[in-house]
Amino acid sequence: MLDSQRDYVLRTVEERCVRLIRLWFTDVLGTLKSFAISPAELENALEDGMTFDGSSIDGFSRVQESDVLAIPDPNTFEVLPWGDPKSPEARVFCDIHGLDGTPFQGDPRQVLRRQLQAAHEAGFTFYVAPDIEFFYFAPPERGTTPVPLDEAGFFDLTTTDVAGSLRKQTIRTLETMSIPVEYSFHEDAPSQHEIDLRHDNALTMADNIMTFRLVVKEVAAANGVHATFMPKPLEGVQGSGMHVHMSLFRGDENAFYDADDPHNLSPVAKSFMAGLLRHAAEITAITNQTINSYKRLVPGFEAPVHISWARNNRSGLIRVPIPKRGNPSATRIEYRSPDPACNPYLAFAVLLAAGMKGIAEGYVLEPEAESNLFELTDAQLGALGIGQLPQSLSDSLKVMERSELVREALGEHIFEWFLRNKRNEWRGYKTHVSAYEIDRYLRAL
Amino acid sequence: MELAAVFPDPPPPDLARTLDLGGFRWKAVGSTEAAAANEPAAGWGGAVVSCDQDPEGAWALCRSLRKRDTPVTPLLVLVSGSQLADLELRNDLFDDFCLTPFHPVEVEARLKHLFWRGGGGVRPELVEYSGLALNLETYQASIEGRPLDLTYMEYELLKFLAQNPGKVFTREILLSRVWGYEYYGGARTVDVHIRRLRAKLGEEQANLIQTVRSVGYRFGQSRWGT
Repeated sequence: MLDSQRDYVLRTVEERCVRLIRLWFTDVLGTLKSFAISPAELENALEDGMTFDGSSIDGFSRVQESDVLAIPDPNTFEVLPWGDPKSPEARVFCDIHGLDGTPFQGDPRQVLRRQLQAAHEAGFTFYVAPDIEFFYFAPPERGTTPVPLDEAGFFDLTTTDVAGSLRKQTIRTLETMSIPVEYSFHEDAPSQHEIDLRHDNALTMADNIMTFRLVVKEVAAANGVHATFMPKPLEGVQGSGMHVHMSLFRGDENAFYDADDPHNLSPVAKSFMAGLLRHAAEITAITNQTINSYKRLVPGFEAPVHISWARNNRSGLIRVPIPKRGNPSATRIEYRSPDPACNPYLAFAVLLAAGMKGIAEGYVLEPEAESNLFELTDAQLGALGIGQLPQSLSDSLKVMERSELVREALGEHIFEWFLRNKRNEWRGYKTHVSAYEIDRYLRAL
Repeated sequence: MELAAVFPDPPPPDLARTLDLGGFRWKAVGSTEAAAANEPAAGWGGAVVSCDQDPEGAWALCRSLRKRDTPVTPLLVLVSGSQLADLELRNDLFDDFCLTPFHPVEVEARLKHLFWRGGGGVRPELVEYSGLALNLETYQASIEGRPLDLTYMEYELLKFLAQNPGKVFTREILLSRVWGYEYYGGARTVDVHIRRLRAKLGEEQANLIQTVRSVGYRFGQSRWGT
């Protein structure tokens, strides 16, 4: 299989006159990194990998062991749909290895691979489908409030909808890159859009999200527009989330489905959810990794604040959507706190680790929270045993630091590096005096 | 490779050995009548005619193979040095010639070249269906003449379906035939790839791959025209 994949890639490069192959990988913070090789180097790269200096990449090597090996995953080879069609470029995702051939500890893709392998050994395949929100703005200028492209509302259809045509171009580009789209629409906030991707296995989906973010930005930039996945770019309106729909399959069976349960949820699904809920606070630093992420996780904007679940209550952290036409294979849960600025490999890895922990330990799922949690007092919430997600990056890091689950899932190297890096980010923010403070205090005090 | 006619019957042993070692499929024919009687339904894929023993019979056979609606091609004749003059004015009866006694490697090289030029043997295999074309030789797909860029597994799946148009396959069959049994993703993988293919084929061609409810998938129209 591997040999014929390689042949296929090499032959396609030749036949399509591909002039440059971009080797893609992702740093610990979820930024797409790329270096290009010529077609002549590709065969060698597929065989032995390409060596590069990892010390220049965030969260990769320490300086004394800086060289690492990027080994292309031939199944992700794809001709890029932009650029000159006569001599196109192609991309291929890489796994990063040490020079001795072992998986490199700083590579988020390998972290996710490890978790998927563990789930596979327990008999499960992990499928995910993200709903990704983002904003279109006029090209930003430093220190000014972003300017939305339109003031249209939810599902508005107008003939002069520039953003609508951007979204259409984006979807066409995504679909030519093996990323099928389920729905897309204009969201609540001005210039906010949502594109929902069709489910795929978690590794492919993490790759797809990396491609997605690039495609959205590329298409926007080609039209003189700035697209952003910043979680909360505008005060007073909804932020951008990335709800993650998840299911486990055992062979062809949806392991979350149980015909005999009143809610059609299997014991596996319930333990998985209990695992997510119990470890939700610990994994929040990964699913919501920026200072700005926590300005989205506040009451009043459809973002979750409380650690709870429900079937049709969007104020909780986990929602269990009712599948269309009672289709058993569509049984899934929707985890609502992540934002699209996360590292999808690490986010899927910790989500899976938390859920699998619940299954392994047989965690019991608490009853669902049916009331609107935003209307309850702290005392009422306490009585229901419902906790809150961390309120800031600093709070998240404090919980994560004590989490054996996250340490194990990420591996020592990334765990330590991430905490160090994010504490620095927090320190930088803490010393910043904001416009809010000047407005509020300068004259009054 | 198609079956080639070889004259005379039996052919000189060194010729038979050369053809066998070169991997050619052939059948000996001793006369024009034998050639007509033994011709496969799809016609002879070529001919190798040795003029050494029976020049008259040899040229008669060449004439019968070439003077017809679809001339047999490629045709290689083997002639001795003293027979070179016979080639004159017979250019339409053969595609190439070789001097006897021949060098086996030369005969093989000439035949391979002839088959390549005529498109036999190594002809790029094309699968075409309603605007979609797959070149099995180069792994390239196109739709209405535009290149259709596919990942390896998308290509393999589309190839399998397009080679069997009108036939319904279950997801399990597709999984075992396209991915192989060692793949652990389950039949859901098939659904995922079908969606990707439909998305890439675009709206107009997406219905090339049809879902057959509670059975599986079918490429193109049903054989029964439904």
